[in-house]
Amino acid sequence: MIKDRLSGNEALAVAMRQIEPDVVAAYPITPSTEVPQYFSSFVSDGKVRTEFIPVESEHSAMSACVGASSAGARTMTATSANGLAYMWEVLYIAASSRLPIVMGVANRALSGPININCDHSDAYGARDSGWIQLYCENNQEVYDSALQAVKIAEHDMVKTPVMVCYDGFITSHAVENIELLEDEEVKNYVGKYCPKHHLLDSENPIAVGPLDVPAYYFEHKRNQAEGLKNAKKVIKDTGMAFLELTGRKYGFLEEYMTEDADICIVAMGSTAGTAKYVADMLRQKGIKAGVVKVRMFRPFPAEEIAYVLSRFKSVAVLDRAESFSDCGGALFLDVTSALYVHGKKVKVLNYIYGLGGRDVTTDDLEYVFNELCELKEGKEKTVLNYLGVRGEDNNAI
Amino acid sequence: MSEISKTVTWQKITQGGTIYESGNADSFITGDWRTSRPEWIVDKCTQCMLCFPVCPDSSIPAKDGKRLDYDFNHCKGCGVCAAVCPFDAIKMVEEINSDK
Amino acid sequence: MCAGCGAPVVVRCILSALKPEDHAVIGLATGCLEVSTWLYPFTAWKDSVIHNAFENVSATISGVEAAYKAKKRMCEEKNTKETKFIAFGGDGGTYDIGIQSLSGALERGHDMVYVCYDNGAYMNTGIQRSSATPEFANTTTSPVGKIRNGKHGRKKDLTQIVAGHNIPYVAQSAPRSAKYGGFKDLYNKAEKAIYTEGPAFLNTFAPCPRGWRYSTPYLMEICDLAVETCIWPMYEITDGKLKLTYEPKKKLPVEDFLKQQGRFSHMFKEGNEYMIEAMQKSVDDEWENLKNMSV
Repeated sequence: MIKDRLSGNEALAVAMRQIEPDVVAAYPITPSTEVPQYFSSFVSDGKVRTEFIPVESEHSAMSACVGASSAGARTMTATSANGLAYMWEVLYIAASSRLPIVMGVANRALSGPININCDHSDAYGARDSGWIQLYCENNQEVYDSALQAVKIAEHDMVKTPVMVCYDGFITSHAVENIELLEDEEVKNYVGKYCPKHHLLDSENPIAVGPLDVPAYYFEHKRNQAEGLKNAKKVIKDTGMAFLELTGRKYGFLEEYMTEDADICIVAMGSTAGTAKYVADMLRQKGIKAGVVKVRMFRPFPAEEIAYVLSRFKSVAVLDRAESFSDCGGALFLDVTSALYVHGKKVKVLNYIYGLGGRDVTTDDLEYVFNELCELKEGKEKTVLNYLGVRGEDNNAI
Repeated sequence: MSEISKTVTWQKITQGGTIYESGNADSFITGDWRTSRPEWIVDKCTQCMLCFPVCPDSSIPAKDGKRLDYDFNHCKGCGVCAAVCPFDAIKMVEEINSDK
Repeated sequence: MCAGCGAPVVVRCILSALKPEDHAVIGLATGCLEVSTWLYPFTAWKDSVIHNAFENVSATISGVEAAYKAKKRMCEEKNTKETKFIAFGGDGGTYDIGIQSLSGALERGHDMVYVCYDNGAYMNTGIQRSSATPEFANTTTSPVGKIRNGKHGRKKDLTQIVAGHNIPYVAQSAPRSAKYGGFKDLYNKAEKAIYTEGPAFLNTFAPCPRGWRYSTPYLMEICDLAVETCIWPMYEITDGKLKLTYEPKKKLPVEDFLKQQGRFSHMFKEGNEYMIEAMQKSVDDEWENLKNMSV
């Protein structure tokens, strides 16, 4: 075990160095730029034997990843915001071709207006693309999830690409203490990637990406959905094995102070860390506050979250993206539908927050917990809310 | 790939639509698109092999440097071969339905 | 493919230049060639083949090539066979939507061949104009109407744009009928392109009877007329040096090429003589340019 201090981008780049994928194709975009930057220095210094493709766009980054992965190469990349949007078309192709590509996504607001700071609108938009999405709270989780993502994506039962999402600037650029595995440990952990079929096998040529007519397309999609379903078990098992290796626990959700909590905030990414801090503060005042952090957003742990949330008297779901549905954020919709389908009746509020890098303060989250207290006591509350935007009359600032 | 037909279930279909048998489109018949067909007049043919490379559907089989009769499973009857033949050894005739 | 299509003739000739002992991975841009050769669960290709999307075949094949290099370096792969990487795209997928991906891949120097089969419009979607469509051509998105006369503006000179990338080998070719050497020019250029280290580009003429509206048997004649009128000049650029690989003994007027095809029929109507004159002038200018550049 190595103790170090790294930014989120650096942590991901170090994980990539240790994994030493066959191919990395990437394009600079704030705030994920440092990942290809660090990685290309590893290439230049001979620390990895990876073929680094400095593509001319994100569209080509993902396209080259699809080519490389189809050729049997372990393949990784990283991007943010408009870069992810530019990849859109190819994200779906990567997933439907069942290619285990691993991509870091330093979450950033999508234009427009153009903004370089954090929110989840980029990855949210790709939630139907067929990729697994893991959201990280801090640098340690970025590193750990990158290692696990390789195992998850390449698993025979899954064969599905994975996005490792972490908050732009907040996590990508902030330097934190981190524990790293030894290079050799990582090599052993991820093992070698040897797919049964690939383009370079001259003895057994294959055709990847045919025209699929109505007689087959639906079956292919249903088959693809099974990979996502299977991912749940594999993500769980991978987390257990990782716990044994490192002592650090990973699953679908992380529960914080939930055992006896009666109010709870549900959030993804770095905000979960702030919420934990606020829950601690409120505990000192005798308020039974808890936090549920959603780590695995795709596939969505509907049954698990319904079961966990059913224990609380009131819940606030925080969405760091406006989905323009006028019926709540994407996480809120998934959570409430999970509760409904699994027959759990809990009072739930939704807060859209932190768009375009708007700070999420402890005051903001304390306000949310207070609202949950009042809701719990029977006071009527508006279900759909914005948190931290000027001009709303129902928030902390 | 032979087990993949229009009754295949999602459990049995190949992952991602990958095809594991190269060149298997041989068994996919496109000859029934034809409205006219080339007739090879063997007596006039000098085996100059000018027709062989111009066939868009690779439907003029060749063996030991000599052309054979048409692969009517794939010939679409475009007539390019007849147009390039210097010896009138290929004649385009109307397709007869019974041959399809 | 449709009956009489020029694309498969070109593709087969190019692939025949691959040594039998070598393996190739083929990349295909979305287009006629891709959708019709490769309908699940069938593939007409005997080599490994990948289709990703319309605009990204260059990036895709560059990823495959990178994987090959990485695997070779890491000595994991039993790469007994020399592998070549060949991408095919139509003019839409090359001149237009794929030009960024192509430019990037060429500049990065991947060991690959890009082949554009140029039929001068989006034929797969039903004959829409592309930047490779000749001026005045009637297409479904540059239709001849009461106030407009077909495609506006000259065809983009992609081969010269590619030459600007300073890659080792760039060539333009077409299949020819036997009296003009048949497939020799195309085959030789394909062989050079495949066995030149680094990126190579081949722009090939590929008539489309459907889109150009000529009768299918005349495939080879149309090819000949394109070259004999200098509408489709045959040349190659090796390490920056341009060489015409064919010069017609007697350059034919552009009408000879145009009159065979329905897409140009309006150019022969009274009052439209200026179109033929304009086209003749642009063809003459380009031909003079090329002759001046030729070493």
